[in-house]
Amino acid sequence: MSQEALLEVRHLSKTFGKNVVLRDIDFQVYPKDVTCIIGASGSGKSTLLRCLNLLETPTTGEILYHGKNIADGKINAPEYRTKVGMVFQNFNLFNNMSVLENCLVGQIKVLKKEKEAAKKTAMSFLEKVGMAPYIHAKPRQLSGGQKQRVAIARALAMEPEMLLFDEPTSALDPQMVGEVLAVMRTLAQEGLTMIIVTHEMAFARDVSSHVVYMANGIIAEEGTPKDIFTNPQNPLTKEFLSRFRTA
Amino acid sequence: MPEDFGGWIVYILQNYGPSFAVGAGKTMLIAIVGTAIGCLIGFAVGIVQTIPMSRNDHILKKVILRAARFILGAYVEVFRGTPMMCQAMVIFYGAAMVFGINMSEWFAAFFIVSINTGAYMAETVRGGILSVDAGQTEGAMAIGMNHVQTMMNVILPQALRNIMPQIGNNLIINIKDTCVLSVIGIVELYYTTNGVAGALYRYFEAFAIAMVIYFILTFTCSKILRYIEGKMDGADSYDLATTDTLAHTSGLYNYPDKKGENEA
Repeated sequence: MSQEALLEVRHLSKTFGKNVVLRDIDFQVYPKDVTCIIGASGSGKSTLLRCLNLLETPTTGEILYHGKNIADGKINAPEYRTKVGMVFQNFNLFNNMSVLENCLVGQIKVLKKEKEAAKKTAMSFLEKVGMAPYIHAKPRQLSGGQKQRVAIARALAMEPEMLLFDEPTSALDPQMVGEVLAVMRTLAQEGLTMIIVTHEMAFARDVSSHVVYMANGIIAEEGTPKDIFTNPQNPLTKEFLSRFRTA
Repeated sequence: MPEDFGGWIVYILQNYGPSFAVGAGKTMLIAIVGTAIGCLIGFAVGIVQTIPMSRNDHILKKVILRAARFILGAYVEVFRGTPMMCQAMVIFYGAAMVFGINMSEWFAAFFIVSINTGAYMAETVRGGILSVDAGQTEGAMAIGMNHVQTMMNVILPQALRNIMPQIGNNLIINIKDTCVLSVIGIVELYYTTNGVAGALYRYFEAFAIAMVIYFILTFTCSKILRYIEGKMDGADSYDLATTDTLAHTSGLYNYPDKKGENEA
């Protein structure tokens, strides 16, 4: 690819005390890439994603966003996060607000948009995720899948350049997994740049443009979904994927 | 002069009813104002106590925050740890003797109740803030909110809801505890009752009336606060917005399942 990388991670490491969670991670994300990060629990996938959104501070290394290092503690983290949104495993919708307010508050308070314009944007994304009829509902009145779709709409309403998904379907039952993945599939087709930590192998295989397999805090293997899923080179990758084949 | 208990109750109410009403009014005024200001103090202190401090912060911020936390911590411990009656004496008479400040009884009353409530509320608010799931903060950070925006829009509204029962507790405690302010000469309900009882030598009847009045005040307040809590929770159900005007601007929304049925 000849275009400039949107996000480039260089020699990223993260330790919690003596526990080394990530060691010397390198990878790039180009515009419109859909990168799926797969791997066993505890392999550092979520920590890596949280570092990318500065929810965790990397111990060493650089994260270049449009070529500018954002991991040096000097940049304005809130401003950066408006451009790189995040969707969480546990939704993290604001419990004190309705569905619509959840999608408005960031636009109005952070982006300082007019209320009417914000509402229009919020409604268009709520419609996209199929939650427009539920604008008056509170998060506690929604199912898990509905909550996650609202959370996606909330992130999209900030009109970010890139969205990070941290195991967006892991807290959902199988039926709801489908509705959330369908929304994400649409976003991928529309060319949204996404980094997705997931255990949904079929989704990673079909939707992503790039797959990163992590094991024990390092990137064990990466490549196109075809490379990884049909012709894995690393024995660890082979073993990890074999469990899903038989399943 | 009346002969029996009932007779005395009627006699006292007929002759001193208005005094009791005025006393009860003063009691409520001090309790409500004191609780309200106390809550504000509590929120201020609780917020300062929960400001996150990270290793990368500027040294000046760390020093100021540490000092503020020490002072506020001391305030909480001292005022929680000593009787309000002693505080009333020390503050009211001490201000006059040591500093030459002659504060009015009313100012002293509001001041003492507020600062006392504030000390309790500080810990309550801190607990309320900690009780809000950390995911709420992360959700707010992920859409680019800074610390102040996160607190004002997401954390404090939820913390306030969580501590409403405790605010109610404090209001009720304050309604009862204003009686200690009689030591600095505030003629509230207890002082009034004591006066009536002494004048007539009818302690049992007078204080029976006072108890009933106190109970009516506290019970009414607890019911009102329950009602407010219910209001804060909002409705149990919600309306589907199928005819939202804004939805029309980009076409009516069709639920995927229905669309599937139509096509089939």
